[in-house]
Amino acid sequence: MIGRIGALLKRDLARLMLGGRGGGAVLPVLFFLSVAMLYPFAVGPDAPLLARTGGGVIWVAALLAAILPLDRLVEPDIDMGLFDQWALRGISEELVIAVRVLAHWLSFGPPLMLAALPASALLGLNGNTLRIVETGLLAGTPGLAALGVTVAALTAGLRGGAALSGLLVIPMAVPILIFGAGSLGMGGESGLALTGAASLVLLAIAPFAGGAAVRAARG
Amino acid sequence: MQEASIAVKDLACRRGDRILFRGLTLRLNQGEALQIAGSNGIGKSSLLRIVAGLAPAFSGSVEVCGSIGLIDERPALDPMQPLGKALAFWQRIDGAADNELARLGLSGLLDVPVRYLSTGQKKRAALARLIGQKARVWLLDEPLNGLDVHAVELTERLVAEHCAEGGIALVASHQPFDLPGMGRLALAEHAA
Repeated sequence: MIGRIGALLKRDLARLMLGGRGGGAVLPVLFFLSVAMLYPFAVGPDAPLLARTGGGVIWVAALLAAILPLDRLVEPDIDMGLFDQWALRGISEELVIAVRVLAHWLSFGPPLMLAALPASALLGLNGNTLRIVETGLLAGTPGLAALGVTVAALTAGLRGGAALSGLLVIPMAVPILIFGAGSLGMGGESGLALTGAASLVLLAIAPFAGGAAVRAARG
Repeated sequence: MQEASIAVKDLACRRGDRILFRGLTLRLNQGEALQIAGSNGIGKSSLLRIVAGLAPAFSGSVEVCGSIGLIDERPALDPMQPLGKALAFWQRIDGAADNELARLGLSGLLDVPVRYLSTGQKKRAALARLIGQKARVWLLDEPLNGLDVHAVELTERLVAEHCAEGGIALVASHQPFDLPGMGRLALAEHAA
């Protein structure tokens, strides 16, 4: 069983990190950095304003970057018949989805946390704000990954699934965004704790909701 | 050797709001093979998916004993990966086994990305995946589609060897499938 999980994780990582045509992990990072780069151009070089709002911009950019790979998370594997082959071998949809959440997080969470370093320099954030942003991303991105995979499984096979999944993720990611970006204000620790709590809830639900969605799509 | 059998009792299949067939009963024991014949859209693939447990039966019961291997129109190999790596993924899932690549004429294609393979080559690659799985029950959905004469004979021989080792094969095909001692079920007799 461990060998099978390892094989699944290795395949998922190869697809999501290096990802051939999809651009892999590079595309969300470049998107994230370009938002952080464009923001000072748009609002002007007012350093105090940038420093005050920069943390929130990083959060919004991270949320939008997490949406980019959604359409290739689940649907191609259903189309190729891989989920059917796994089911025949007794590998449950829940297990595959759980592994995919981990792989999806590894492919965008840590890269975004690294990219937040140059982004914070572009926005002129101070060390303390950067520390809170990084901790918040660490607590929040696993939830975004779980949410992304769940929604990708729910919208697989639907017409316009890619656009629809983006629209579905955004409202459901609001709690993570509010608590994560809110932790930059007063009483930050409780915001971080609530971000982590929202992430854990999403992580706990994702394998079951995603697995049920894949089985329902099989019809 | 692990037991293998298929028992289908009074099975009916519904697709959308149409009943495709009803009252289907069949039994396959170790070493037996059966061809399901019938025109397009009569429910051959649906029957295989119900036996595989991938689709629900409208009524009736299906009992399968033994591990199931399925070949359908999708090879279930990553199109972006070279064939060798795509097959290696299934080897890690199924445990290392001989895929009989040389016999299937795939040895020279291991560096070629799956998306560049022809229909027949993909079919042979799916056969290699199936052989590596070491399943007792083979469900083959149109296994001869896109294969040349030589590969058709090879597929028939592989199924014969599988049955000789005590395996079961359920083959859905509208083409003749030449296998000594193979039963034949005309699905049209059960059409609703």
